[in-house]
Amino acid sequence: MSRHDPVKTRTAALVGNPNAGKSALFNALTGARQKIANYPGVTVERKAGRLTLPGGDSVELIDLPGSYSFDAASPDEEVTRKVVHGEFAGESIPDVIVLVVDAANLEQHLVFAQEVLELGRPTVVALNMIDLAERDGLTLDPEALSEALGVPVVPTVAVRRRGLAELAEAIAEAEAHADEDAHKRWHITLPERRLAAKHMARAAILSKSTRHTVENGIDRVLLNPWIGPVILFGLLFVIFQAVFAWATPFADALEDGVGAISGVVSASLPSGFVHDFLVEGVLAGVGSVVVFLPQIVILFFFILLMEASGYMARAAFLMDRLMAGVGLSGKSFIPLLSSFACAIPGIMATRSIPDPKDRLTTILVAPLMTCSARLPVYAVIIAAVIPQTTIGPGVGLQGLVLFALYIAGIVGAMIVALVLRHTVTSGAASGFIMEMPRYQLPRLKDLAIGLWQRAWVFLRRAGTIIFTVTIVLWLMLSFPKAEPGESQMDASVAGRIADVMHPVLEPIGFNREISLALIPAMAAREVAVSALATTYAVDAEDEDLAAAGVTDKIAALWSLPTALAFLAWFVFAPQCISTIAVARRETNGWKWPAFMVGYLFALAYIFAGLTFWIATALGL
Amino acid sequence: MTLDGFEHDKAARIVAVNWAMLAGDEGKRLKALGVDEGAEVAVVHRGIFGTRDPLAVRIGRMTIALRRSHALAIEVEPA
Repeated sequence: MSRHDPVKTRTAALVGNPNAGKSALFNALTGARQKIANYPGVTVERKAGRLTLPGGDSVELIDLPGSYSFDAASPDEEVTRKVVHGEFAGESIPDVIVLVVDAANLEQHLVFAQEVLELGRPTVVALNMIDLAERDGLTLDPEALSEALGVPVVPTVAVRRRGLAELAEAIAEAEAHADEDAHKRWHITLPERRLAAKHMARAAILSKSTRHTVENGIDRVLLNPWIGPVILFGLLFVIFQAVFAWATPFADALEDGVGAISGVVSASLPSGFVHDFLVEGVLAGVGSVVVFLPQIVILFFFILLMEASGYMARAAFLMDRLMAGVGLSGKSFIPLLSSFACAIPGIMATRSIPDPKDRLTTILVAPLMTCSARLPVYAVIIAAVIPQTTIGPGVGLQGLVLFALYIAGIVGAMIVALVLRHTVTSGAASGFIMEMPRYQLPRLKDLAIGLWQRAWVFLRRAGTIIFTVTIVLWLMLSFPKAEPGESQMDASVAGRIADVMHPVLEPIGFNREISLALIPAMAAREVAVSALATTYAVDAEDEDLAAAGVTDKIAALWSLPTALAFLAWFVFAPQCISTIAVARRETNGWKWPAFMVGYLFALAYIFAGLTFWIATALGL
Repeated sequence: MTLDGFEHDKAARIVAVNWAMLAGDEGKRLKALGVDEGAEVAVVHRGIFGTRDPLAVRIGRMTIALRRSHALAIEVEPA
């Protein structure tokens, strides 16, 4: 029934200012089935989905990054400009442009709208978030606006699914004219566009009450210089509690699940290469990373909630002064907060930082935030060597050491950021300019879609990068096969690498088992624990010792200075290949990840050494 | 008088912006948000310490965050 070339899929693109509600509209129009990928060569996400039109045809709907103008100031805006001009290699020019404008912020959004309309492409305007405009006391006249702009205007409320059918109809109508030549409009300057926007907005607003907007009232509390930070830190405290407390049952269940699969595979396969490969390599390796999914989902739940409600921009505002002290801006706060779950989503979140030097600095210090993978390592070592004494009401020594390790990471990151901003990433003091979006009640469906996307990205990474690395490490640990009487660790390629590493690590108090455990820990830090367990199990001469848990063995075999040095090492060491891989992708080359790995290993070596020498000198 | 020294919650009109005082893309970004000659603005929130950075500025029906270094480049008069 289509009158078009059946091979070519028609495309429609959502274009508009940031905070116009584009993503919510995109979710409402396409549902949960979305394809997310990166635009080739740039770290900008391309979101696409299928929109079924009233006639039965469907178009591919693309959600383009929000822009203030075609005079691009960020890589995101550059993608939008190129795509709508048909200049993006591999991306066809959109057949229909769906211009999304915020009904409550017409005067601002009509400035960019005019720039888009100058292209002369078939365009439909979605007058979005009209409910919020009504909440602010505005009554609008869509027809007057349509007349002024010369294109159809459809009032929509994406989050309440209002006006979606009408919008789809208008898109179908515009699509019918997609084959006609573009009628480029007369180009006018920015001040002229601003003046025209003002007049059009005035003509479209039928009435407006002078009552204060909701924002003013909420901001008076949340941005209050005294109460605001207290609320923010209270919220952060709740988030950390949730990440560690709520996630435990789910993580345990996942671990049991992996264990059960492992058991089934173990029982149903004859022992041999395939058995060992699946059980020790694939399930043990990938399983140890997948158990962090609950923590990551919980953290992202809060981050998405903060973003969707409009609070995240306020958090950035409150943190800006503190971040400015080390040469960063409030915009770095969000990526660094994410890095407490995992540096990978943290580094990916730096895309929202427009200043390249700021962004690079944030990427370089993100691994210093104590990610959830360090927790198992810290927990095992602390339980083994730190006595379970209380040093105050409700304050235990073990908990205090754990807290100190978190603080060491934060302070380390701040100092490194300060040093980097004065050396390798020096430049003009980074600015902090951002729009503070209006407060909005987040919709459950948008949160669910966002969470699903993050979880999927994480799982896909576990299935590809981590999977590959785990297999390589397992092969290195398993071959060549040991002679009778020789331990597998000693005979393996990894064991021989450990022999080479040991002389270097000996001065900072690391024994040979630690040197060996550091190799598989490159895949994921927490693997250090299971690697130590394996080593001690394989090498134990005493059967009682072999039966004891890794905690007991460390308590029996390690000196206190060695254990403390090991903890200090993990505060700094870039023990995670996935993070390095993501840093490479986000910085488009090996130069900065190499620098990151170099400085982090140097710091890890120095601080582990200092800890060992000082602890030894103190006679601990 | 610059926006930095202007009274809180009082409407101000931008008479001039010293673009040369703004680094890199900052001028471009401020312009995109509507900060330009003739625009009406009001400082609505500020931090507490030292330079009282950053500032929340109402422009039209929108609130934007910027730093004191930017506010110092924005010349205003009572609107």
